[in-house]
Amino acid sequence: MAITEPVLSIENLTIALPEGADRAFAVDDVSLQLFAGEILCIVGESGSGKSMSANAMMGLLPDLVRPVNGRIVFGAVDLLDKTEAELMDLRGRKLAMIFQEPMSALNPLMRVEDQIAEVFEAHRLLTPKERAARAVELLTEVGIPDPAKAAKAYPFQLSGGQRQRVMIAMALALEPEILIADEPTTALDVTTQAQILELIRDLQQKRGMAVMFITHDFGVVAEIADRVAVMQFGKIVETGTADAVLDDPQHAYTRKLIAAIPRLVAGQAPTRKEKPPVLEVENLFKTYRTGGGLFSKPRVVEAVKDVSLQLAEGETLGIVGESGSGKSSVGRCLVRLMEPDRGTVRLAGQDMAHLKGEHLRAVRGSIQMIFQDPYASLNPRAKIGRIIAEGPMAHGVSRREAYKRAARLLELVGLDVSAADRYPHEFSGGQRQRVGIARALALEPRVIIADEAVSALDVSIQAQVLDLLADLKERLDLALIFITHDLRVAAQICDRIAVMHQGEIVETGPAHDIFNRPQNAYTRTLIDAIPGREKELAAAG
Amino acid sequence: MLRFILMRLMKAAVILIAILTLNFFLIHAAPGDPAAVLAGEAGAADAQFIEQLRQRFGLDKPLLTQLGIYLGGVLQLDLGYSYRQQMPVADLIFARLPATLLLTLTAFVIALVLGTLAGVLASARVGKWSDTVISTLALLFYATPLFWVALMAVLVFSVFLNWLPGFGYETVGANYTGFRRALDIAQHLILPATTLGLFFMAVYMRMTRASMLEVSRLDFVKTARAKGLRPGIIQRRHIFRNAMLPVVTLAGLQAGQLVGGAVLTETVFAWPGIGRLMFEALTQRDYNLLLGVFFVSAAMVLLFNLITDILYRVVDPRIRVVS
Repeated sequence: MAITEPVLSIENLTIALPEGADRAFAVDDVSLQLFAGEILCIVGESGSGKSMSANAMMGLLPDLVRPVNGRIVFGAVDLLDKTEAELMDLRGRKLAMIFQEPMSALNPLMRVEDQIAEVFEAHRLLTPKERAARAVELLTEVGIPDPAKAAKAYPFQLSGGQRQRVMIAMALALEPEILIADEPTTALDVTTQAQILELIRDLQQKRGMAVMFITHDFGVVAEIADRVAVMQFGKIVETGTADAVLDDPQHAYTRKLIAAIPRLVAGQAPTRKEKPPVLEVENLFKTYRTGGGLFSKPRVVEAVKDVSLQLAEGETLGIVGESGSGKSSVGRCLVRLMEPDRGTVRLAGQDMAHLKGEHLRAVRGSIQMIFQDPYASLNPRAKIGRIIAEGPMAHGVSRREAYKRAARLLELVGLDVSAADRYPHEFSGGQRQRVGIARALALEPRVIIADEAVSALDVSIQAQVLDLLADLKERLDLALIFITHDLRVAAQICDRIAVMHQGEIVETGPAHDIFNRPQNAYTRTLIDAIPGREKELAAAG
Repeated sequence: MLRFILMRLMKAAVILIAILTLNFFLIHAAPGDPAAVLAGEAGAADAQFIEQLRQRFGLDKPLLTQLGIYLGGVLQLDLGYSYRQQMPVADLIFARLPATLLLTLTAFVIALVLGTLAGVLASARVGKWSDTVISTLALLFYATPLFWVALMAVLVFSVFLNWLPGFGYETVGANYTGFRRALDIAQHLILPATTLGLFFMAVYMRMTRASMLEVSRLDFVKTARAKGLRPGIIQRRHIFRNAMLPVVTLAGLQAGQLVGGAVLTETVFAWPGIGRLMFEALTQRDYNLLLGVFFVSAAMVLLFNLITDILYRVVDPRIRVVS
């Protein structure tokens, strides 16, 4: 990187939040430089101000949020001084942006080619016919299979990865000098993520663009970054080359973030003697039928195909797979939120796959679930105490006893007893997930199913919750089924792992074996795609 | 598309027959014998006369046979005979249908167009005084009883100002023809159609406003801004089209009820439509006429549902392509 003049520099930028927000400034005195031909990763947890900085560059800050100090210098002028009309001219042409959610970032009612053509239209370039032709060329460049067909498609007809490619094609249409990518791979499966990262890297090098890549994931940083800036509470706490920051972090917060990343080295399989199985699943099938009516055929999806697995007392079994692999459907069949079409689910010897009414209710307490979204899974109108005590009360425990138990559980999961009298919205995501765990434990289950239980949490919070789960498992001798798309998390917490693909388990084995000697081709693809893996292997020697 | 429409028409036929059958039994389950009522009003309520009436109208046959005869007739667009009005039901209904459709469709278009426009306007100026004025006015029309607005409209525009005719379908005795007649009807139409339209307008306005605001917060709107598109284009192409989806659903539901939904307005403005016909049939226990009106309004609901679904497929590719 011989170029010394930055294409864009942020100088002492401060962005104020509206009154009543949890802090005064979203971004506080931030200075950054972005050079041509480099990928600068801005890393931070939620609320660190990383997205706000990016939005400020595009002039796309939400209403009521405004820059109060500093400059954003691009081409010798301050972007903050530009009028809306001048910014409109720059957007898409000089500065382009891609977003996190490829599912919602495209207009669902417009064909892909029309959405790409709009970029040219906005800047009054080319004729409609030429625009359509360019759209196909761009789609070819971003590697979409059958670009001519994709151009005519509507967004819902494309997969998540393909949609993100469309977004990239759109962003690159006018060969901008700067591409801002706001968590562009966070919503994607790990194998798709690897492809998109490679694509961004490729295009950036071919065009010599500057890329500002916003992420919360240090694995992604290791894959793609030239330089890194770490943000916390609206301030930049550390900047440096990717290698320097990853290998030798200076700031305590950076060190804490990097330490919180689950390592891929799974521990040796524990050598304790075989315990009896508490849960045995045999030949489980579940097929979804949607739509269909008097004269039309329903849509059929075989979500779970002939799944068999065993869970020993005190064991943690990971079910890993990408979206649509059927892992959550298995979980839901096991806790009987759903009735499987066929197969047996024996909990301590009793088949509960097809129990109904009273019989089902009687065994429900023995197998409990922790959900993914700590915001949606707690009733916002109920106090924490009631949320936890409700289960035991439904199973005949007296109100006094149930609330006493709730208090004990709150302490057990590391919350203050006074939490019982408060509402969910008064807690952070990590604290809510602790409540979710307490609720699951309230019925003294033998088996807990955690469905993506830490996926919505920031990495440092995620580490705390994983520690808590591991600790509780030891103390209460629980058996745990951990459903996740995140192989790092699985590596850290699971004794054994089952890999699911298209409704089937393609490989099962001790975690150590799965990560070090994967037998199945799909498992190998999955493991190779984990961001930051090569760097970690290299560091481990 | 053609296949879809055929399928839906077949379904609609099945539903219509089910509705007819249900209505038929419901009406016959109600106490009171039309032959007895007729005979009573004729002042000759002796058993023999009633029996004669029964035989004449086929009321002496078993209920299932009666149903069979009725359904058979409906298939040939024969909706039976009104004992009270001494006329075939179909003739009665088709004489009144054009007036009702003219009134309700005009009101519907007024409501939809004005409501959507006002909603778009209010959403673009959310929080400003013009938003407050539009929202308050719309709510006022919705909250005020329809008949009161109607009466006031007659009082102001017809009685005091003498700008517009206050009742009827056309000027009685003028015997206009051609364009002059159309103009006359249009003048009569303005007050009832606007009154009815203003009432429904509020719903469309609020729905459009809320929907526009919701869509404008979605990610793809931010994508559109990031392309450098002008606000006007974003508003029309990205926000408005997506925001109209729930409005189309609502419009479809409401359009189906147009036939039966204008009873009050037709009464106040002495508009010779189906609404009033239904009301009369109800009070006079005119079974066949009631069944006929129900049949026509059910058919309308099904027809408008079909139109809505077709429209929905035109605006939303997700539905079009998946099925």
